[in-house]
Amino acid sequence: MNFPVFDPTDDPGPSFGELLKKTGLASTTSADVGRAGSSKAAEITHGTTVVSAKYDGGVIIAGDRRATAGNLISYRNMKKVFPADRWSGVAIAGAAGPALEMVKVFQLQLEHYEKVEGHPLSLEGKANQLSQMLRGNLPAAMQGLVVVPIFAGFDRRRNYGRLFAYDVTGGRYEEEDFVASGSGSLFARTVIKMGHRDSQTQTEAVDLMIRALFAAADDDSATGGPDSMRGIYPIVATISADGYQELEESDIAARFERVLAEFAEQQGPSTAGGQA
Amino acid sequence: MNMPFYVAPEQLMKDRADFAQKGIARGRSLAAVEFTDGMLLCAENPSRNLRKVSEIYDRIAFAGVGRYNEYDQLRIAGIRHADIKGYTYSRDDVDSQALANQYAQMLGQIFTHETKPLEVEILVASVGFDTAGDRLFHIRYDGSVTDEEGFAVLGGEAEAIRERLGASYSAGMSLEEGLRAAVSALAGDERRLSSSELEVAVLDRLDSGRCFRRLENGEIDDLLS
Repeated sequence: MNFPVFDPTDDPGPSFGELLKKTGLASTTSADVGRAGSSKAAEITHGTTVVSAKYDGGVIIAGDRRATAGNLISYRNMKKVFPADRWSGVAIAGAAGPALEMVKVFQLQLEHYEKVEGHPLSLEGKANQLSQMLRGNLPAAMQGLVVVPIFAGFDRRRNYGRLFAYDVTGGRYEEEDFVASGSGSLFARTVIKMGHRDSQTQTEAVDLMIRALFAAADDDSATGGPDSMRGIYPIVATISADGYQELEESDIAARFERVLAEFAEQQGPSTAGGQA
Repeated sequence: MNMPFYVAPEQLMKDRADFAQKGIARGRSLAAVEFTDGMLLCAENPSRNLRKVSEIYDRIAFAGVGRYNEYDQLRIAGIRHADIKGYTYSRDDVDSQALANQYAQMLGQIFTHETKPLEVEILVASVGFDTAGDRLFHIRYDGSVTDEEGFAVLGGEAEAIRERLGASYSAGMSLEEGLRAAVSALAGDERRLSSSELEVAVLDRLDSGRCFRRLENGEIDDLLS
């Protein structure tokens, strides 16, 4: 491995992405993807529902654990929610391979910038970085390798939580209250929309995320619900002035128990005969 | 026609070494001290912005003395090397020895081949999960590397400071004891250094991720008082 030293005119600066390009380590270029042809035929692993909402003092970011390849469940305990750095988190929906690679490079990019420059990027700077990475993935997205992340963080200059939604072209949309992405997002979004209140507490917001993910799993086959048999539960993380913090699994399990009990009470026993 | 004068290789090297040493001697010194829970890097530096000590990777730190622009370039090259290596292989595969060797190669190359040697001395420090895993590599302007044990001193008055620190250092010191030893060795008998003249950072071996942490002035005062 060569020691990475550059001419001042050719210096990649604090950008890790540029550095990877200059050292020839950047991931697949659009031309390679074009040659690979359409991915529609291949069964690629997809990650599904992720949600995020603000609360009084920060933001919550959460995601289910299921990955699917076509109509099969390919992975039951996939992680889709990650810390991007100490004060921000990223959640991904879409083609798992490119999405995980994007998260890895994104995390490294933030760390690299912080170390080279001596201070971290602003929250908006981080959001823009992710936007640029998505734009780089556009040719692959056109071939079916779509990645749609959510980015949430605590803005330490302004002292409040902020969240950003993206589209495949790298479009960046700052959301006021909440956002959902992935195949079950329609159901999750509806639940959050009905239950969201301005300046809700952290506990209320966590419960709302749990309900949203439960609704998504209930109606979308590609979203995984709470799996008490295997002890696999969605990941929920809070980001506040204290930084990124994942909730304990036992806490999430207990909250799901309550939602399930409530649900059972509302529904009552099924009376309609299921005849196929 | 002008004939170039013959200069003996010994003389050439000596001139270059003298030049580099003079440059380094103009700057202030720094010391690194191993303590029970990690490694302490303490520099005499009145500037809040032009850092001498900085983070390279999870368990690796960098310190430099001499010309700021030169060691800062080396610092950035080190971060790039470590981040690329961690990306290509794994975070566990980034080690201080490979980095120290790369620095030595680069400094040695510049010392013999370029018009001007780099007027810097650098230190690559890393912490293991116990003191046995700690490393201190001291790399000089000509690319020579020394593997230091327990503590290291870089800079203009390194000899005198090393002697003072050697007298007060003992294995198994706490952070507080280590910092006191480092600061009094840097200051000497006639001076007292306050927290605003110091730049202090630690590699905390008990941390699981990025172990590098700077100490704020208040924290330094508390430890020294």
